[in-house]
Amino acid sequence: MQKNQTDQLEKQISQWRNFLTNRQVIHSNDVAELEDHLREQIAGLVKAGLAADEAFLVAVKRIGNLDELSKEFAREHSDRLWKQLVLTSQDTSQPENRNHKETIIAFGLAILAGLLIKLPALFGLDIDHDASFYMRNVSFFVLPVLAGYFIWKRDVSHKTAIGAAAGLIAGAIFANVYPFISGGSTESLTSLHIPIALWIIVGMTYAGKRWGDMAGRMDFIRYTGELFIYYVLIALGGGVLTAFIFAIFNSIGFDLDPIVASWIIPCGAAGAVIIGSWLVEAKQSVIENMAPVLTQLFTPLFTIVLVVFLATIVLSGHGIDINRDILIAFDLLLVAVLGLLVYSMSARAPQARPGAFDVLQVILLASALLADAVALWAIISRISEFGLSPNRMAAFGVNIILLVNLAWSAVLYVRFLRGRTVFLQLERWQTNYLVVYAVWAATVVILFPPLFGYK
Amino acid sequence: MEINKDLIAASSTPIVLATLAKRESYGYAILKHVQKASEQKMEWTDGMLYPVLHRLERLGFIEGKWKASTSGRKRKYYRITSRGKSQLAEELKQWQAVDATIRGMYPTLRQSLISPSII
Repeated sequence: MQKNQTDQLEKQISQWRNFLTNRQVIHSNDVAELEDHLREQIAGLVKAGLAADEAFLVAVKRIGNLDELSKEFAREHSDRLWKQLVLTSQDTSQPENRNHKETIIAFGLAILAGLLIKLPALFGLDIDHDASFYMRNVSFFVLPVLAGYFIWKRDVSHKTAIGAAAGLIAGAIFANVYPFISGGSTESLTSLHIPIALWIIVGMTYAGKRWGDMAGRMDFIRYTGELFIYYVLIALGGGVLTAFIFAIFNSIGFDLDPIVASWIIPCGAAGAVIIGSWLVEAKQSVIENMAPVLTQLFTPLFTIVLVVFLATIVLSGHGIDINRDILIAFDLLLVAVLGLLVYSMSARAPQARPGAFDVLQVILLASALLADAVALWAIISRISEFGLSPNRMAAFGVNIILLVNLAWSAVLYVRFLRGRTVFLQLERWQTNYLVVYAVWAATVVILFPPLFGYK
Repeated sequence: MEINKDLIAASSTPIVLATLAKRESYGYAILKHVQKASEQKMEWTDGMLYPVLHRLERLGFIEGKWKASTSGRKRKYYRITSRGKSQLAEELKQWQAVDATIRGMYPTLRQSLISPSII
């Protein structure tokens, strides 16, 4: 090939590369792989007698239509799609319109959720005096609206929509028919577990048709983490705003305390769930997901703390000081470790080889399991002393469920590190396990109150 | 004769695995090998091979590794894993079953297909 021909070809190839790089779902490594292919193909064609520019055209055509290719890549790498949303051409036809409409619907639904939470007040139920009613029922003012949002957005099947409605109604029945003894622990357990049991219904509407696949459920896990972070951020902002409202209105002699307590806080808290969800949906394309970033930051720190904790037990010979709340403390530890595991998993490229971070995860898992085992052993040996209250039974159940999950995760992880299994198995285990949490939470809601005499 | 798209998609896994079972290879060479082995009957759109390779990699049937090629560019070479080998054995069994079924019907098929129009 002559020099100017080569230059021309290089220019064409670099243009083609830019085209490809703009498809966010095709990463730079894939571009390099495809470019290598293109160059090989061109070299082969030139050898067969074609001119460089002809060879380029033929080679590009053989690589295939870039839209279809990106779609194919998106199908294989749905995790990338989540990170950098490039809903392909079918959705880009009227993106402006759709985005605009979605914004209006999201804010409309947020206002609806905010108003729904005030609905019981019309019937004389007041947040201050009937706090337990609100605690048990808060899910039913927010989750139906949220499920409705996803039913609209994902255009889910009628079957899923009806199933979601049935689940929410069943939840509402169990929250309200039992004759709870006021201030008892079964009532607060019900309040705590109802949102967990019903969250899976949100998941079914969120994932729609993809609820059956691992990828759909993994996206739901991602969404949950991001929503949590957005919610905390919105709550912080809301706190600042209410502080200002107090201060400035006080300065002109108005006491807004009652309005803030009975309107701004409850309505804001309900609406923020919808706004947070909408933000997660809308902002996927703008920023890197936050949950995985936080996990990367805290996994090493948690690991160090746990390893030092275990070393201190061994070296000092101090046993765990058993008291009533120790189980809850260790439950929270396992929840934190599970969160670190799941959210680092959600951002990990599934085909990546085991790396240093994976080893760190295994150390974290192993030390958390060991710490929990020590605590559990101490508790079981003295369980007769405390008796089985509903709270302890619930805390115990959660501990076992998390322990089983983490123990099997650790086994799968070690097998993955040793090349015996693929990372996919770990993801599958976690996504399948989602059902276990919902079933346990439903058990607590449905069986615990009658079992413990509604106390 | 052109082989239809569904059949090409369904056969991509065993074909890629079988190609890699002999020796490690990279995208372009795999494609050339398949074209040659099929006597140009399998026409893949070149780019579509890569999502297939990535899926097989994610499933742990093959492993990819970036190396420098003879031309000095970096190039991703794939090789089959032991999981991939057992998957290949399984897929071959399935294809043989399909093949045997069609072959079993072949004598009667040939009569009914050929007799009215050609003879």
